[in-house]
Amino acid sequence: MNALVIAALLLVLLTVSYQVGWSRSRKLADGKDTRLHSRPIYHGVLAALFAVLPAIVIIGLWALFSQSVTNSFILAQLPAEVAQQEPFAVQSAIARVQAIASGYGVIGEPTAAETAAASAYASFQQLSFLGVIAAAAALGAGGLFWAQRRIAPRLRARTEVEIFVRLALIACSTVAILTTLGIVLSLLADALRFFSFINPLDFFFGTTWNPRFQSAGTGSAGEYGLLPLLWGTVMISIIAMLVAVPIGLMSAIYLSQYAHERVRSVVKPIIEILAGIPTIVYGFFALVTVGPFLSGLGEAIGIDIRATSALTAGVVMGIMIIPFISSLSDDILGQVPRTMRDGSLGLGATQSETIRKVLLPAALPGVVGAVLLAVSRAIGETMIVVLAAGNSPVLRANPAEPTSTVTVSIVNQLTGDADFTSPQSLVAFALGLTLFAMTLLLNVLALYIVRKFREQYE
Amino acid sequence: MTDTVLPGAAAGAQNRERVRKSLSRRHRNEILFRWAGILSIAAALGFVAILFGMILSKGLPSFWQSTVHVEAFFDPELIEGGPRPVLADFPSPADHQQAVNEWQRAVTLSNWNRIVETALRAEAPDFEIETRDLLELVTSSARFQLRDMYFANPDVLGQTMPVSILASANTDNWLKGTIDRSQPDERQQLAATTRTLADQFEENGTISFDFAWHIFTNVDSRSAPATAGLAGAFMGSLYMMIVVIVLAVPIGVASAVYLEEFAPKNRLTDLIEVNINNLAAVPSIVFGLLGAAVFINYFGLPRSAPLVGGLVLTLMTLPTIIIATRAALRAVPPSLRQAALGLGASRNQTVFHHVLPMTYPGVLTATIIGVAQALGETAPLLLIGMSAFIANIPAGPLDSATALPVQIYLWQGNENRNFFEARTSAAIIVLLGLMLLLNAIAIFLRSRLEKRA
Repeated sequence: MNALVIAALLLVLLTVSYQVGWSRSRKLADGKDTRLHSRPIYHGVLAALFAVLPAIVIIGLWALFSQSVTNSFILAQLPAEVAQQEPFAVQSAIARVQAIASGYGVIGEPTAAETAAASAYASFQQLSFLGVIAAAAALGAGGLFWAQRRIAPRLRARTEVEIFVRLALIACSTVAILTTLGIVLSLLADALRFFSFINPLDFFFGTTWNPRFQSAGTGSAGEYGLLPLLWGTVMISIIAMLVAVPIGLMSAIYLSQYAHERVRSVVKPIIEILAGIPTIVYGFFALVTVGPFLSGLGEAIGIDIRATSALTAGVVMGIMIIPFISSLSDDILGQVPRTMRDGSLGLGATQSETIRKVLLPAALPGVVGAVLLAVSRAIGETMIVVLAAGNSPVLRANPAEPTSTVTVSIVNQLTGDADFTSPQSLVAFALGLTLFAMTLLLNVLALYIVRKFREQYE
Repeated sequence: MTDTVLPGAAAGAQNRERVRKSLSRRHRNEILFRWAGILSIAAALGFVAILFGMILSKGLPSFWQSTVHVEAFFDPELIEGGPRPVLADFPSPADHQQAVNEWQRAVTLSNWNRIVETALRAEAPDFEIETRDLLELVTSSARFQLRDMYFANPDVLGQTMPVSILASANTDNWLKGTIDRSQPDERQQLAATTRTLADQFEENGTISFDFAWHIFTNVDSRSAPATAGLAGAFMGSLYMMIVVIVLAVPIGVASAVYLEEFAPKNRLTDLIEVNINNLAAVPSIVFGLLGAAVFINYFGLPRSAPLVGGLVLTLMTLPTIIIATRAALRAVPPSLRQAALGLGASRNQTVFHHVLPMTYPGVLTATIIGVAQALGETAPLLLIGMSAFIANIPAGPLDSATALPVQIYLWQGNENRNFFEARTSAAIIVLLGLMLLLNAIAIFLRSRLEKRA
């Protein structure tokens, strides 16, 4: 209802002001000897901007602050001792009044004070909404009036509209900065709150991960040693790289150096299908197919391999990363100058010698950069490890045993009804910060190496 | 050259011999290297084949589900509540509505299980089986199905109607053999008599494998797993994708246009560029943390809402769209800009009237790739509470909902492993099918747009 009224108001303002700007500017130019600086369209858009923007600002301010204003209004209506309670009790008192006012009723008999507050709140709500709508409409009308008075043949309407468009473009491109800022600030703030419970040294160098949930009744905060998780992450990433780098690199080499063009045009897209498959599908694949297969294989050769283990997760993650490595290596091999290859072949080296002794050493920095990028993907990967790593945060070296990673623990700690006040859920942000820092470092390093490599051959 | 080279014919022969030896070794290495490449490609292709083979072989049978075809007798002695109240008998529509509600309550309280039981027994008159075991044969929502039939058409009272009832998940397992049929009784989920009856029904055609349309039309269900479907998750994903398209495309294209066409070369521009490249590589789960901390905790938006999920996925998709749009803008020949500027167009007009339209195919492809990526994303959604069990179709972007990949995550964890392994694969087929469809649309539109341009 409210949203409809607001949308209708804005729509009316928009059409009316555009029409006014457009027709007035046309009338100025019609039949007389004057020529407009800008076409009528720009006058229309300018008028619309003048009318709609102030209205949007008013409504936006209201949307931002109505919650806190409403809360303090309701508190003012209630007896003074209500406001002196715990924040949680105050919130529930406010929620009660709002529920009474909305007509749905509440559990238990409302007190006289509550009923009075509710009726005052109901009328306040109506009045404030009407007031905001009226203010927005009035400001919009004022803006329109001013805009249409400014309309003159020499008004630089197009320039002004273009300045506005430019500002809007700048605002859009700052979203990226705001996102990074939001990530860093929210992670930092909540991680610092976590460190007020737990000593950072215990977090970064602790070897036990055991966040006791409060429902266990122990009352203690639990132990939050990062090392088991970090080790699990590193171990799985290493296994993934052991699978992905040889297969990805060799397929890229074969496809770009040996394969017939027709083979290449069929095989390359098929391998790249692997890149588009959602990670949850890989997780399911690991759980249902790869895990049992590896454990059966282990049984056959006499090694105890668990179905959900670092090995399972690592192998499947490696499969996921193959197309990443192969397409990046393909690009990089393509950038090595042809003359180097021809020179080596001309001196009588075989094709494989040329590749191993000339192309690969020349492309090495680029390949290293690609592998680093792949590692940063492996570290941040979540769903495969949630399903296939076995969720056992214990420090062990055997990859055939279940393990756990940083990402798995983030999911475990923050899924469910988290309250953002206990160390049990806040630790997710400390883990997230660690993860963010690690991937950022790897990416910056990788991009630096790749860029250096490109410059070498340009 | 060096002292190893001997003079004369003897030296030539010796050198040739050395070269021949090393040559055969080098050629062997060449062949080995080639084979290593072929094996790697075979391995990669093999993984694709195994992955799809596993999902299709597990998931496709799930689309054909065992269904029991019976004749249900709507017994007037069992169905309570009498005839449906008629509007004319009441002073006001409100009174009528109230009477209808009471009638529905009375009807619901009737012994519908008895009707299901009678219908099933009629198919196997001589078979001795306990009522409890007999009802295990069909899904527990069979009684609601019959009740809803009666609600929709009260005239069936006293008549016998043909009804198709889904067999229970356990019956489906037994008939499809997804549970080991040779296991002893105590390890089976169904009683021995129920299993025999199921086999008998399959033989005489009472149970057939029908296409399971309800996978697309029903919502998730815990009490009647056989009826669980994807409709709720699909709507949740749809709302999120709408949010992503509405927000990410304009913002992404605008940033790309600014950075590529207008931005001065200064510190701020560099900062934005570095930022975008880094955001593209931030793990998705970190975006989930951002959503939990900022959208839910700070702005107080509701948990489990597709709006929040859509916002988080928008931030994730933005870098993809920006980077691809910039590449498309860079590919527009500078002569076009020079021509427009030379004819007196302003810079804005040049960009928006002439340069940007050339990039539509690129922007479109980027959008669809971004949306497909967002459609398959699971981890950030778990952190903003979209993994809750939701038993209705969300009516708007602020209702609690789940999403297709999250539904896959929830189903793979279901305790009825035998049944839900197939159901999860079916959900994966639906998800991959949607992604394939998106990519096909992208390729189609792209070729059309490029032809026109």
